[in-house]
Amino acid sequence: MSYIAKPKVSWAGQERNSLGLTLADYEGGLSTLCAGCGHDSITAALVRGFWELGLEPEQVIKLSGIGCSSKTPAYFLSGAHGFNSVHGRMPSVATGAQAARRDLIAVGISGDGDSLSIGFGQFAHAVRRNLNVLYIIENNGVYGLTKGQFSASADPGSKAKKGAANRNQAIDPVATAITLGGSFAARSFSGDKKQLVPLIKAGLMHPGCAVIDVVSPCVTFNDHEGSTKSYAWTRQHLHATVEADYVPPSTEIQVDYDDGAHTDVNLHDGSVLRLKKTDPDYDPSNRAGALDFLEAHRARAEVVTGLLYIDPDLPTFHDIAGTSKQPLTQHEFEDLSPGADALAELQKGLR
Amino acid sequence: MTSGNTRTNDFVLKIATVNGTGSASANGLLMKALFRMGIPVTGKNMFPSNIQGLPTWYEIRASQEGYNARTGRVDVMVAMNAQTYSKDLAEVSHGGYLIYDSTWPRDEQLSRDGVSVLGIPLSKMVNEHFEGSRVRTLMKNIAYVGALCALMEIDREIVRTLLEETFAAKPKLVEPNFKAVTLGYDYAREHFDCPLPVCAGKMDATAGKILIEGNAAAALGCLYAGATVGAWYPITPSTSVMDAFQGFCDKYRKDPETGENRFCIVQAEDELAAAGMVVGAGWAGARAFTPTSGPGISLMSEFIGFAYYTEIPAVFFDIQRVGPSTGMPTRTQQCDVMLAAFASHGDTRHPVLFPSDPKECFELAVSAFDLAERLQTPVFVLSDLDIGMNDWMVDELQWDDAYRPDRGKVLTDADLAEIKHFHRFRDVDGDGIAYRTLPGSDRKGSYFVRGSGHNQYGGYTEDADEYRQVVDRLKLKWESARGLVPGALERKAPSRTDIGIIAFGSSHGATLEALDRLAADGVAVDYLRLRAFPFGDEVEAFLKAHRTVFVLEQNRDAQMRSLLKIELDADPQKLISILHYNGLPVTSEMIIERIGDYIRQEAVA
Repeated sequence: MSYIAKPKVSWAGQERNSLGLTLADYEGGLSTLCAGCGHDSITAALVRGFWELGLEPEQVIKLSGIGCSSKTPAYFLSGAHGFNSVHGRMPSVATGAQAARRDLIAVGISGDGDSLSIGFGQFAHAVRRNLNVLYIIENNGVYGLTKGQFSASADPGSKAKKGAANRNQAIDPVATAITLGGSFAARSFSGDKKQLVPLIKAGLMHPGCAVIDVVSPCVTFNDHEGSTKSYAWTRQHLHATVEADYVPPSTEIQVDYDDGAHTDVNLHDGSVLRLKKTDPDYDPSNRAGALDFLEAHRARAEVVTGLLYIDPDLPTFHDIAGTSKQPLTQHEFEDLSPGADALAELQKGLR
Repeated sequence: MTSGNTRTNDFVLKIATVNGTGSASANGLLMKALFRMGIPVTGKNMFPSNIQGLPTWYEIRASQEGYNARTGRVDVMVAMNAQTYSKDLAEVSHGGYLIYDSTWPRDEQLSRDGVSVLGIPLSKMVNEHFEGSRVRTLMKNIAYVGALCALMEIDREIVRTLLEETFAAKPKLVEPNFKAVTLGYDYAREHFDCPLPVCAGKMDATAGKILIEGNAAAALGCLYAGATVGAWYPITPSTSVMDAFQGFCDKYRKDPETGENRFCIVQAEDELAAAGMVVGAGWAGARAFTPTSGPGISLMSEFIGFAYYTEIPAVFFDIQRVGPSTGMPTRTQQCDVMLAAFASHGDTRHPVLFPSDPKECFELAVSAFDLAERLQTPVFVLSDLDIGMNDWMVDELQWDDAYRPDRGKVLTDADLAEIKHFHRFRDVDGDGIAYRTLPGSDRKGSYFVRGSGHNQYGGYTEDADEYRQVVDRLKLKWESARGLVPGALERKAPSRTDIGIIAFGSSHGATLEALDRLAADGVAVDYLRLRAFPFGDEVEAFLKAHRTVFVLEQNRDAQMRSLLKIELDADPQKLISILHYNGLPVTSEMIIERIGDYIRQEAVA
């Protein structure tokens, strides 16, 4: 994993966001992933998303597990604290960090091995707790660092580089997140930046756990013919359903309802998630419908992308825990430790 | 009535019941009544890993001398469980008493020479006066409390007051309960010579003392230390730590106006996640802890090694139970010494604190947070089921309002502005402890935590020298830890001796009593009580100063002895193990026997 800083080049007329920062201010170290790796496109989309939203890099914490995907937090937002944890355990670390600092925006980067095998339990529980985190799964169907074993997201029949077909069933993180009671379940493709950037922004601003499964081809071990996670296969079988974008609060909303393909989802802070539907009849607030839809398209070997399910009103981790708005680390010690008199009083009941 | 030696305020009362029958409250009533009479008491609960229907025992020791260990003696047995009757009878000491429910006929063979058997028709009396099977079951227990009040001169008025306190919210329950007390009391007065020679008498030895479980005290320590994040997975015998913490937080940590919580407790999906949450919270700057037991530490070991290498503060309470594997979850042992000291793969080592009673659970919990942040590393508090789940009489807990948490070396944004570069893992002060920044601080202080090889600047490395530089510094930090952890405490024997004993944790009470009794018999033994790992110089000095050093511990494999051998320049020949590992708290008698035997054998040889 690289920690070589990218040279920051400034030039006049460079585009700046609301904070006056350039895209370069949101970058990280140089990527050491294989040339053409889908993960690097996701990194670029993240940089773009953070930049467009105008978030302070230090207001973000970026966490990951182990694997190629989990290296990527080193490649964006060098001004944010990063945490490369142990395999499959990013969600628990994010939970603790969020418990302590609810004011920070948490982004968790994981992979299919990290979240669907060794960390399946933690993935599931982060979703059901509706942890305030953007949870990205960079999904390529293989273990890259150990040279190409199938992962749990490999489709049955999908072929390994040397020709052997996978015979186990695939775990779909989107369907799984929905059945777990997730509040935001989306899928995208690393090669579709136009769809991915707004989705990332929507996920970052979503109050609870936003799961985005991003099909991200492994150019070294899973981009051959016969693989269902290759660039070619994904492009051919892509079925975009609901595009999502984030509209900040106080932005004048101009909605064109005429075509019936736009829906606005209001968030509590006054901002809006704008959904644009390619399938006009699709209802991303219908849990059973979303699962049916996924299943029908899976049977047709189609990769459904977009924001497939959303419920912005589901209580989040902090709503449930009743944690103070003020981050726990920011309380004065006097407000945490009751003092000698209280201890003496309490001990009257212990005699 | 059987004659016997009079034993006032020096007895062991054991109650054998079936779990799930509500006997715990009756036993608590007895213990507290003795305490309020001014008599030093300890209660040991020996319960099954089960909710209802299995045998359970409660042992109350009253000791006017203030000893709190098990002795191996039983003076009065209340045998309420027919299933264990013969075993319970066999356990009564010569000259002792056995009380049983005589509602049902008892086999004449179930008698023993030297033990007086007193039958009280508890069920019959209770059934005549109360309706409903649940109420009858509960009242039967309260009725034996009444009988013991008469037989052992336990103040019935205190029992009444305790009932009034217990049922303050439901005052209607006081009268029926006291009626049950009276039933037992009157029957005993009518049918037996009261009091028995083994009885209680008012004294004044509990002023300034409290009765508290170690787990509640540990939770109080977390509260007072300012811990805000607790993550856990339920496991006996540690569960009551988080239950108590939740209770204290509900009382003291809710914003009076908004009702918001100034704490966050997460019941994790497993111990791996609990450890991850604690590490995440510690990284983000909160004081965070997890209570668990041995099986939990096994699972947490992955994150413990991670936190060691990435230098993140975290506090782990290990309320030890009997291993290996699931072992006996409701029995006690000191079997995680090695596990805690070296948890996780690779070269890892962790400070471990050994509280010897609930008071120290409170104090060392606070120390653990300070040490974890000062040293930026996981710290263990190694308690056990005996300390954690039993009521101990200890000095009232003290708190100094001047206390402020030691947050260790944390750079603020103002500090960052003063320096040219921030390097997370560089030893600036020469004590092996580097400066850290917290998430959310200025981007100049941002760094990337990774469990993979890293250099002193925080960058990824696979370079031989860069790797070594960091792990060698961690070794240096360990040396700093040696001077920061609580030192071992020595208690000299009344006369000069070259025999010593090392003990720690819940063995302390039994050791003190054993050494007093040995001294009375002319056997002088110096005592060093370990309070932490790494060991300070005083431990090595103690080993050097004594020809023979007994090492008393509650496990089979002499783990502490091994640790002493590994860490110190000590002649293994002189370290003589005294091991106790049957799951019950160690008795003072056993220690006396073992030391006595050794000295006699040595004299013969």
